[in-house]
Amino acid sequence: MSSPPAVELTNIWKRFPGVIANAGAELRVQPGTVHAVLGENGAGKTTLMNVLAGVYRPDEGTVLLDGVEHVFGSPADALDAGVAMVHQEFRLIPTFTVAENVALGSAPPVLRRREIEEQVADLAKRFGLQTDPRREVWHLSMGERQRVEILKALWRDATILILDEPTAVLTPAEANELGRIVAAMAADGRSIIFISHKLDEVTRFCDEATVLRGGATVAASLPVSSLDAPTLAELMVGESTLVSQRRVRNNPADPDQPVLSVRHMTVHDIHGIATVDDVSLEIGSGEIVGIAGVAGNGQRPLADAIAGLATPTQGSVRLEGDELGGAGPNVRTDAGLSYVPEDRIGVGLAPRLSVTENAMMRTYRTMGAGPMVDFGDARRHCEQLIDEFNVKTGGLDAPIAGLSGGNLQRLLVGRELATSPKALVAAQPTRGLDVQGVAAIQEVLVAQAEAGLGILLISEDLEELLALSDRILVMREGRIVAEFDAETATRAMVGEAMAGSASKREPA
Amino acid sequence: MNEVTLVGLMLYLAALGELIAEKAGVLNLGVEGMMAVGGVAAFWSGTEFGNPLIGLLIAGIAGGLLALVHGLVAVVMGADQVVSGLALTILGLGMSAFLGQDYVSLPAVPQFGALPLGPLKDLRIVGPIVFNQSWLAWVAVGLGISTWFVLERTRVGLGLRAVGESAATADAAGQSVVVTRVAAVVAGGVLAGFGGAYLTLNLAKGWTEGVTAGRGWIAVALVIFGAWRPGRTAVGALLFGGLLALEPRLQTFGVEISPILISMLPYVITIGVLTAFSIQARHRPSAAPAAIGRAYRREER
Repeated sequence: MSSPPAVELTNIWKRFPGVIANAGAELRVQPGTVHAVLGENGAGKTTLMNVLAGVYRPDEGTVLLDGVEHVFGSPADALDAGVAMVHQEFRLIPTFTVAENVALGSAPPVLRRREIEEQVADLAKRFGLQTDPRREVWHLSMGERQRVEILKALWRDATILILDEPTAVLTPAEANELGRIVAAMAADGRSIIFISHKLDEVTRFCDEATVLRGGATVAASLPVSSLDAPTLAELMVGESTLVSQRRVRNNPADPDQPVLSVRHMTVHDIHGIATVDDVSLEIGSGEIVGIAGVAGNGQRPLADAIAGLATPTQGSVRLEGDELGGAGPNVRTDAGLSYVPEDRIGVGLAPRLSVTENAMMRTYRTMGAGPMVDFGDARRHCEQLIDEFNVKTGGLDAPIAGLSGGNLQRLLVGRELATSPKALVAAQPTRGLDVQGVAAIQEVLVAQAEAGLGILLISEDLEELLALSDRILVMREGRIVAEFDAETATRAMVGEAMAGSASKREPA
Repeated sequence: MNEVTLVGLMLYLAALGELIAEKAGVLNLGVEGMMAVGGVAAFWSGTEFGNPLIGLLIAGIAGGLLALVHGLVAVVMGADQVVSGLALTILGLGMSAFLGQDYVSLPAVPQFGALPLGPLKDLRIVGPIVFNQSWLAWVAVGLGISTWFVLERTRVGLGLRAVGESAATADAAGQSVVVTRVAAVVAGGVLAGFGGAYLTLNLAKGWTEGVTAGRGWIAVALVIFGAWRPGRTAVGALLFGGLLALEPRLQTFGVEISPILISMLPYVITIGVLTAFSIQARHRPSAAPAAIGRAYRREER
């Protein structure tokens, strides 16, 4: 090897309270190449990249750029050394023009707008990035915004560019466009680190791949030509110890008795982009329908719209045949629809209110007479909940902010089930919980389904979906693109549909 | 007519200061207090040194120092901006009343003289209104133009606006959020102090407790009316100045409108403008700086 690698991360350890995010991770990237970093959610990819980009300081390990050791105190240090990162959430100012966003932080003392705009346009042209420097960013699509982020990095003359799951927010056409841009930057001698979990993109866009699992590197700098789906899945998931144990239910689901049905629902976000695009689905009594998909493909607006927190532009929601129309959350609760939102704290629970106050949020209207609330009643209700769902608290009057994640979620799920709903929308109900917490919530969901509750389970955890659901629908770009019978589906099948290679809706 | 521009320019100085602070994402509701302190400082030093320029400088320093309190509490320590700003108003009004005890009903002191513009002043109609202003009026106009230039055409302004739109983004780009915000708040205080000096030296021509009479609040409303733009704010300042100047005269004209209704008008107009903005905001980002009122803390996971 004549020249040292552009990036060399050796034995990186990074611990957070209760979590080891990186456990001796390694990465070696050659100059002028596109290098994929692969791994499941929670494998430590983003943490490792944040170490390289100066956001986190590693507990152990060294960062070498072109063979020279660097210790970064801040992202600005990393930027000075030529490392720029495009985060999943863009760091752009919507009311600034493209040129202003690009120049921010490295502008001349007096701005000659025309001049800067021309320079930005020239730079964009050199790498085939289509953009109008004079447009304000809020007008732009996600793909264009990403190009602005890349331009920012190029403007600062970054030689190492980290793209964190760059295609997650892109349409297929935009993703292809990104592939061309990445190739142009590599041809210019820059190194690109491409974080992904979509195999087809990795084989098309990248030269080498490094696979992380559990915070450590399990395969370093493999040529992408040697990768195929089964090998990669095995590397990412590990030995087949994680094969899902299907939870057997005694009382079979009855799909002929739909409790919740969504018809042709479309939701637009504030920018007028359809985040949910003509989705129809039906959930039978006692049925668990899973929604799989890469984060940000419309799962959240779908859940919010069903629960009455977002207004769909089109479509209907029926509960046991009754149209819910524009009814607010209150009416929906009374009708028998419950919601466990993705944001437990904030949307689901109010962190500074007490356990009792949080527990009564769905039922307070029936406690006490007239405008008065019977707090004795509320406490009895809360005690019952805590008992039934095994919530450990620091007292009924203590703010819930002190509760652990598992206890918070048990309280929330318990509250939502206490109204004896007919249907439940559960969004990421086990995300971030420890093993016991996950098991407890999953048991509750299965038990409720056995008792006849129809559940829409939105999860990024494929194992969970395969273990719990009767059917799995795959969402991509706001649409349902595939449907599987969970009994016969495999990770690979669902994963492929999520990533975009299969778009057939096969009969369940 | 001259009084319209006089009141308008006083409002404009204070509003321009508030605009700078708000553009950096800091709401400062202490304008009324800063104006009062600036007013008493100007009157005291004007009497003492017999020079309005020294009065102006001292007023600016006094306003800036008071604003620094807001900067430390609300920006450095991250306390609630609304609470801190209201406290600043109460503190400023109280302090000015205390310090000004001995100056109540003292005779007027030297005021800012007119800038001699020769024959321009003798033009019909336009002459006395536009060209017979004190030199501070021309300073106010100059400040308005340079504020626009700095905000829109310099690196400092780009950074300041970025901090007010998204502190995290600005921070990532290497712009110090705390330094920018504190500087903007202090600059705003200096301008509010100037407004106070103009009030006691040229307009009220004396000091009494409560001489600000809510004009600081009108300055806050003006920033909203002007959609956080120096130019539009100037138009609003003349409009609101006109309303305020009109108020005491109505009765002499024999118009049967309660002056209280007139003094409500600036706020009514502001509420109307706010409503229009929020309707507009359904289709495009709001004109208000996005990060206004929000303290920024850099966070590690």
